[in-house]
Amino acid sequence: MTHQFPALSPEQKKALSDIAQRIVASGKGILAADESVGTMGNRLQRINVENTEENRRAFREILFSSDAFSSQSIGGVILFHETLYQKDSSGKPFPAIIKEKGIVVGIKLDKGSAPLAGTNGETTIQGLDGLAERCAQYKKDGVDFGKWRAVLKITSTTPSQLAIQENANTLARYASICQQHGLVPIVEPEVLPDGDHDLQRCQYVSEKVLAAVYKALNDHHVYLEGTLLKPNMVMAGYSCPKKYTPQDVALATVTTLLRTVPAAVPGICFLSGGQSEEEASLNLNAMNQLSLPKPWKLTFSYGRALQASALAAWVGKSENKKAAQEAFRKRVQINSLACRGQYVVSGKTDAAATQSLFTASYTY
Amino acid sequence: MTHQYPALTAEQKKELSDIALRIVAPGKGILAADESVGHMAKRLNQIGVENTEENRRLYRQILFSADSRVKKCIGGVIFFHETMYQKADDGTPFVQMIKDKGIVVGIKVDKGVVPLAGTDGETTTQGLDGLSERCAQYKKDGADFAKWRCVLKISDNTPSALAIMENANVLARYASICQQNGIVPIVEPEILPDGDHDLKRCQYVTEKVLAAVYKALSDHHVYLEGTLLKPNMVTPGHACPKKYSPEEIAMATVTALRRTVPPAVPGVTFLSGGQSEEEASINLNAINTCPLVRPWALTFSYGRALQASALSAWRGQRDNATAATEEFVKRAEVNGLAALGKYEGSGDDSGAAGQSLYVANHAY
Repeated sequence: MTHQFPALSPEQKKALSDIAQRIVASGKGILAADESVGTMGNRLQRINVENTEENRRAFREILFSSDAFSSQSIGGVILFHETLYQKDSSGKPFPAIIKEKGIVVGIKLDKGSAPLAGTNGETTIQGLDGLAERCAQYKKDGVDFGKWRAVLKITSTTPSQLAIQENANTLARYASICQQHGLVPIVEPEVLPDGDHDLQRCQYVSEKVLAAVYKALNDHHVYLEGTLLKPNMVMAGYSCPKKYTPQDVALATVTTLLRTVPAAVPGICFLSGGQSEEEASLNLNAMNQLSLPKPWKLTFSYGRALQASALAAWVGKSENKKAAQEAFRKRVQINSLACRGQYVVSGKTDAAATQSLFTASYTY
Repeated sequence: MTHQYPALTAEQKKELSDIALRIVAPGKGILAADESVGHMAKRLNQIGVENTEENRRLYRQILFSADSRVKKCIGGVIFFHETMYQKADDGTPFVQMIKDKGIVVGIKVDKGVVPLAGTDGETTTQGLDGLSERCAQYKKDGADFAKWRCVLKISDNTPSALAIMENANVLARYASICQQNGIVPIVEPEILPDGDHDLKRCQYVTEKVLAAVYKALSDHHVYLEGTLLKPNMVTPGHACPKKYSPEEIAMATVTALRRTVPPAVPGVTFLSGGQSEEEASINLNAINTCPLVRPWALTFSYGRALQASALSAWRGQRDNATAATEEFVKRAEVNGLAALGKYEGSGDDSGAAGQSLYVANHAY
């Protein structure tokens, strides 16, 4: 701990910091469109659409070609590897379309979970092998940020010390490697919503996990101003009998973050977990309305909570493209308001928006 | 790490948080008057005064007799044990004099440094034995906060991982015990300014030390909203040939804090180290005009930098008491302004410099 051997030059730091700031600029959040082939399969199955490469491409095209997919409300989009190299119907590569709209291109970098022997079903995440070379290639291919999802679960014996420490360490290694190649790492330590634990328990665990993550990032000399955090909101487990309001969730979440996330981190982009589209927007809005000081942006990095209605409107038929885009536009607009604390709920909300999107032990 | 066993009730938390906020209310800082008997010997020796209990009492009386002008710039006073039980000439206990001015009373509770065997002259700090009982007694006797100083040094081989970890741990144990007894712990991990290292080196070491401190506080379940931090400013070593401006010191200091100190901590009260009175004020002012988001109060906890002029005005003569008190009040008011970023310097230059002197923090 005695001497500094700078990991990044001032120019590298500035480039990373600028990218991060662009992604979480006011009123903007992230579209998480990085569902793996398997996960896309689950989504398409729900609307009775076959999981082919063309169908996956077609749905992403609907999103990326919509007017709502603009730099006014979307700062960045996370892609799966396959999607980065796909094109729209006119043959234009997706990254080119995205960049032309002034949106930053991101890529999922992890390679899924691996079990931690000797634990109660806990996991770590793989993907560090050859990560430097992959990052360099993605950077050439138009990507400016990466995403890596670690998973922790609450039960009477978990998360264990080992799971917390191992996942924090791999997140820090991934972040360090990304930055060496000009990619802003989104750090995602997801504490799953599975279980019947209450809000306090989730808060306690989230505080411990985040404290470990930021200690690991510091140990690995990661430049915080060039990172983003993608945490879970602090909520009760899905089987918890007690119900909480968006204000309860907001206060517990922001308190947790104030106790663990250094002000140098430019933005916190929440995952939606299994929340319905509307729930995810209401909770984000409540956080941004809290009068507690918040030195980082609080915004969205939503997958399901931005796409569920659009998928339901599309059901695999090209003639439903406009309807799907309209459904998508609504959620984008609402979340853009929510990340500024300006979302005012009017009248009734549609069924798809309030449908819980919870799937037990969600993996991509 | 699975279950929470609450260390404090909601009422205990509120009490601690209220005390902390009172101490660092806008425009207020701390008078560190907790010099030990041996330490006072050095101070009194410099002005040719004998180190007797009476002289120490007379000297503290000079400080504590300050008029109501100090109410708006002094939020807390740190006492040494002996001083807690001394009285003014008219029999008023010092503790009462301070409380009557609406100022919070604090007490030094550590018992000095001891060597860490196997290191290059590094130390830890003792004082944990019976600390809980001592805190309970001090609380009854009028103290609402405490202070514990750990010391780290920069050289080719230091601070070592052991020194950082051990001092962070002992600070966290002290903090935990204080809070159990209704006392707000000021956490002081001082990195000495001795040496010829440059500003960058000090910043690097400070970031590593503070990251370890906050991880330890999290591990020990310390309630951050009911603590204060007393760190060194980030400065070059005293023997460093390169000179830096107050803006550079401010930028390096605020950057280091933003990367390590959670926003939940209500205030950072800097130690003055070996800085002169004016230097300590100018630097604090620059810190408060630094163009980075600062989610905690940034104020002073000064010993020498508040007392040097008062001491030399007194020189042990009763006739000089009023003039000496006036010197102290002047420095207190100057630092109160500096804590608001409103101090314009003693006349010559500095304060008027303005924001243009702040180099973008990518260089830090």
